[in-house]
Amino acid sequence: MTPLLQVKGLTKRYGARIGCQDVSFDLYPGEVMGIVGESGSGKSTLLNCLAGHLEADAGAVVFDTRADGPRDVRAMSEPERRMLARTDWAFVHQNPRDGLRMGVSAGGNVGERLMAVGARHYGNIRGQALDWLDRVEIAGDRIDDRPTAFSGGMQQRLQIARNLVTGPRLVFMDEPTGGLDVSVQARLLDLLRGLVREMGLSAVIVTHDLAVVRLLAHRLMVMKSGHVVEAGLTDQVLDDPQHGYTQLLVSSVLQA
Amino acid sequence: MGGVAMIEISGLCKNFVLHNQGGAVIPVMRDAALSVAPGECVALVGASGAGKSTLMRMVYGNYLADSGVIRVGGVDVAQAAPREVLALRRATLGYVSQFLRVVPRVPTVDVVAEPLLALGMARDEALARARDLLGRLNIPERLWTLSPTTFSGGEQQRVNIARGFAHAYPALLLDEPTASLDAANREVVLTLIEEAKARGAAILGIFHDEAARDRVCDRVVDVTRFTPGLAA
Repeated sequence: MTPLLQVKGLTKRYGARIGCQDVSFDLYPGEVMGIVGESGSGKSTLLNCLAGHLEADAGAVVFDTRADGPRDVRAMSEPERRMLARTDWAFVHQNPRDGLRMGVSAGGNVGERLMAVGARHYGNIRGQALDWLDRVEIAGDRIDDRPTAFSGGMQQRLQIARNLVTGPRLVFMDEPTGGLDVSVQARLLDLLRGLVREMGLSAVIVTHDLAVVRLLAHRLMVMKSGHVVEAGLTDQVLDDPQHGYTQLLVSSVLQA
Repeated sequence: MGGVAMIEISGLCKNFVLHNQGGAVIPVMRDAALSVAPGECVALVGASGAGKSTLMRMVYGNYLADSGVIRVGGVDVAQAAPREVLALRRATLGYVSQFLRVVPRVPTVDVVAEPLLALGMARDEALARARDLLGRLNIPERLWTLSPTTFSGGEQQRVNIARGFAHAYPALLLDEPTASLDAANREVVLTLIEEAKARGAAILGIFHDEAARDRVCDRVVDVTRFTPGLAA
């Protein structure tokens, strides 16, 4: 099987400081990769370099495109990359306000992404938006409300609907459950697990919450000072950590 | 035993290295070796701390091996890439641990059906199988739509067992499957184990319940002989 994403030697520096250095991994269809590490460890830099929000200094991000097979995203033209971001990729921000248009209705937020890939029939767009609001458990009668009228958890679910409506194959998530209270977090985790399974999605999820990665990610990378210090099966890395930093991270979690 | 072993372990060694405690090296396993044939149930015995759970976790790929071979259905877990271990766990190797780990708020019946859904079984069929197992394990029907996180210890244990037996894994690891169960439910679990053996599952387990062990296990392996510093 061809990996959906092959990352090779990805490096990003901020002047003399290292953002992330020499990161390599393969991600296969249907796999969820978790990235953990403390603040400043480079995990968000890595995610943004993968998603093309930041320009990496070196390395390759090879994506298995539908039309032409594996291609280095960094070598693509800007329009090609933007098309990929609209059709095959999705990015869920920690703060839903960064991923939603707050002045547009919930239905409009979902429909806009469909229109960006060519949908024009108003009835179909509204129908699909309704379907997706239902899938993320937002009542259909809220379709004309703006996200400003939604709770934080609803906004996050709306952002997920907006991102997944076009049937992407790869989703980047930056602390998707951060800032939500625990009961909302659980519902979102269940939703994400179901979507990953039903749509065969692949995902890269950055978080500092070890309980979230245990339940959501198949594989885990641990970052420290811009380097990946350990990688493996999620439960193996958490239960039998090999690197001193991972051992410290795992043993530092407070028991509820 | 005739036939090719389903689970075959040889030369297995492991140390724990505690980097934040002066780099202390704790040897926990030396030259472990055993095999389990299809249809056979083998019990791991030995004093607490001898390494029974460690060995089970290594077979499941939850703990890394330093050296040696852990062959399960043709895959060497000690060498396999994470996605090979994931595929093995999905289709071939089941594990009933003592702890139920689930996403809060997910209904019990979905928790039990999940391994089947992950294998691509139709939702109706998977849920029917889950309901059947929950019924056999005497989980009251009114609890099926609730999350098991608030259940009693014995109920959680039975949900875990239902989940572990939902798919007919060719290899199965059982960590004290009858602990904290009453006589009636213990009987159900022992019958499930006997049914799994009859369909050809290779089972490796830890049973502190001696009567249960005598009834379902064909052989006993004393892990003390693999414990560094304890072996003769």
